[in-house]
Amino acid sequence: MTTHVKYKTKPLDCWQWGKELRLEAYQDLITGYEQGKLLVLGCAASPYGMLAGLGDFVFLAGEPYGASIAADPPFSIPCMEAYEAKGYSRDMCGYMRNFLGSMYLNKYYFTGGQFPKFDFIWGVRHCPAGHPKWHQIVSEHQGVPMNYIDDETMLSADGDPQHRVDYVAGQYLDSIEWMEKVTGRTFDDEKAIEAMRNYFCNEALWGEICLLNGTVPAPLDIKSMFALMPISMLRRHEKVATQFLEMLRDEMKDRITNQIAAVPTERYRMTMLTPPPWSFLKIFRYLENFGVVFIGTYVYLINSGEVKFLLDEGKVLPATVPEERPGWPQIKNREDLCRTVARWRAEHPFQSHLDTRKKEFVILFRHWKGDAYLLLLNRGCVPMTTNMYDFQRDLQKHGIPVAMFEGNFADCRDIDETGVLDRLEAFLEGQGIQKLPGL
Amino acid sequence: MSAIEKFEEILENRHQYAKDWKKQTGGKVTGWLCTYSPVELIYAAGMLPVRILGTHEVQDITDRYLFPTVCPFSRDALAQGLKGRYDYLDGLTMTRTCSHVQGTFDNWRNYVPVPFIHYTWFPCHRESPRAIPCLREELFALKQAIENFTGKTVSDEDLDKAIELYNTNRKLMRRVYEFRKSDDPPITGAEAMEMVVASQLMDVVEHNKLLEELVAELADKKPDRDTGLRLMMVGSEMDDIVFVRMLEELGCTVVIDEHCTGSRYFWDDIVPQEDRLAPIADRYVTRWPCPAVSSEFNDRGDRIIQHALDWNVQGVLLYQQKFCDPHEFDIPMLQKMFREQDIPILVLEFDVTIPFGQFRTRIEAFLEMAEIEVF
Repeated sequence: MTTHVKYKTKPLDCWQWGKELRLEAYQDLITGYEQGKLLVLGCAASPYGMLAGLGDFVFLAGEPYGASIAADPPFSIPCMEAYEAKGYSRDMCGYMRNFLGSMYLNKYYFTGGQFPKFDFIWGVRHCPAGHPKWHQIVSEHQGVPMNYIDDETMLSADGDPQHRVDYVAGQYLDSIEWMEKVTGRTFDDEKAIEAMRNYFCNEALWGEICLLNGTVPAPLDIKSMFALMPISMLRRHEKVATQFLEMLRDEMKDRITNQIAAVPTERYRMTMLTPPPWSFLKIFRYLENFGVVFIGTYVYLINSGEVKFLLDEGKVLPATVPEERPGWPQIKNREDLCRTVARWRAEHPFQSHLDTRKKEFVILFRHWKGDAYLLLLNRGCVPMTTNMYDFQRDLQKHGIPVAMFEGNFADCRDIDETGVLDRLEAFLEGQGIQKLPGL
Repeated sequence: MSAIEKFEEILENRHQYAKDWKKQTGGKVTGWLCTYSPVELIYAAGMLPVRILGTHEVQDITDRYLFPTVCPFSRDALAQGLKGRYDYLDGLTMTRTCSHVQGTFDNWRNYVPVPFIHYTWFPCHRESPRAIPCLREELFALKQAIENFTGKTVSDEDLDKAIELYNTNRKLMRRVYEFRKSDDPPITGAEAMEMVVASQLMDVVEHNKLLEELVAELADKKPDRDTGLRLMMVGSEMDDIVFVRMLEELGCTVVIDEHCTGSRYFWDDIVPQEDRLAPIADRYVTRWPCPAVSSEFNDRGDRIIQHALDWNVQGVLLYQQKFCDPHEFDIPMLQKMFREQDIPILVLEFDVTIPFGQFRTRIEAFLEMAEIEVF
């Protein structure tokens, strides 16, 4: 009879504080508006710390809001139906459909009360066409002003990107003037700079935390990451998030030293590229029965986190904050801030060129000591899925086993759960991984 | 042979046309994928810009490259490359617009080798005053890349000549579209589409000559068919001329369109300036927008409604390439705008191939209902 290693495990010491901070973030979305804070809609990738220049604010990032709804099918399905009743197609962005359905139903997910009316919309165009159009629908429905920054500068870059950085920086600068105009508030450069310093720092910290999962056994599993990620995603501009993320990082180092595993039965390490199907998170718990631990996903290493890939050396390292990078200036005013944000965005792996990204997938896989990739052919997001077959071929070319399944990250009606589990079990069997005895 | 018959012949033999052009001129042929590609600049360098289009044949060759929810046009276009039908291309250029056609470009670049490849990054925040200067720099980079590839400097005179030729081309096509305003248009929608698609494949000098012939022919031409319901076609990329012929056989005439193998491609001119690249940038940023590069829906919607009124449209075929998100966004809003004008609408979704029988039934029912409303 084969025996399997069983690692020590224990809950995270910082788990309770993490839960409290996460709850505060969601509560702030509920109560902040009533307290007179500015309520702003945008994207999770927006450098929303800049909004601190206008004073207290609550930022609702559309994608995590759509993901939260997606994880709750009884709320999500009526949202989808309300959206479709308006004549929109059901093959569009899954996050957006949940969001817009919630708006059309006038039901706010976190309270069940009325959907909030935004003071203004300030987004980024990192998803071709989708996000500005999404925000445009909200803007017209609510009659609120909208501005967005076209900041997807580095895709398939063939030329000198300097003028693209100028273009993005200029848009940020223009948007500050625009925000002052629509809110009647004066933009405080110092406050915006301070919040963005926190933002850069917290992105780097989250990236570092994700990279620490490269040890065996993994100190953190993907589900715990998803539970803690709202702190880095929604509170990136706050000092308290820095304090928490530093505590989490130190605790992870301690778990590494003491071989404390997230999943005690760990024997097969899988990684992802995309978000998970949010209504089907039990997939991760189920696969633990096979000794499978999910180490992380590329997308949340580079969205709400930042790392530095050294392509030639095949390494990935924690990122440094822009002001500590050689040749980057200190941020003294709004012009410096806009320019730094634009340059930082341009050089961020979030915007890596397709060919670069393929290299990053392999480097990350090696760093995470993965055994296989799990790829989601996501019907709910075109940009994430367009080149997935190319990624699959490239990973396999590097000798990396790849399991794929088709579904939707935000529409529970669009995923065959039993079929997916059958497929993954067959894949694992092919890899010599059976269900652990007694489970 | 009439000008329209010549356009038709060139469409049917598009690859042979390009190969013959290479042979006769000794020039190079560059493919392009989206109408935001600055064809004037390519032509000024002595290259023939040729739009890459699909063939509407059943295919599965792209299934290993592009996920099936990528739009049919993008998949069909890539299929042509993978099948080697564009093996005569010397170059391929792409302008940043939507992620679907981006997928076509990325896979073409990796799996269909072409000697010259260039990607022009397009500033999609077209409402920003920063967009035109940014695109100007992108065009400068494209010009340099082309010069490096061809070994030929693109002079101001070359650019002036190309700009003038393409402006003439646009002016002549608008002139043809003016004929379609008449009660009995002397040109059908299918023929007009052949003219525009041919303009995306042919040498502009030759196309201009044919356009002049066509304008002369149309001045005296009396249609040999009933106009029927005056229809407008609005939507994403559309070069399915067989479908448009079938549509018009059912008792209607497409008198105006708004898509990128129609008016949206050629409607706006370049206004020359001292700096030759700035006005090209200006034209492409401010041109009739594709929803893939714009969030300002009303800009597009207002233009469409104005066209519908100017061409006395009695019904609208609102269509989309399946999975084309940018157009899917606009459809409900366009429906609302047309309803406010009491103009009946039929919405159809296109794939690489289409169900002709089903579409015919739906169109017939639509025309019957629309005629009751209109007449």
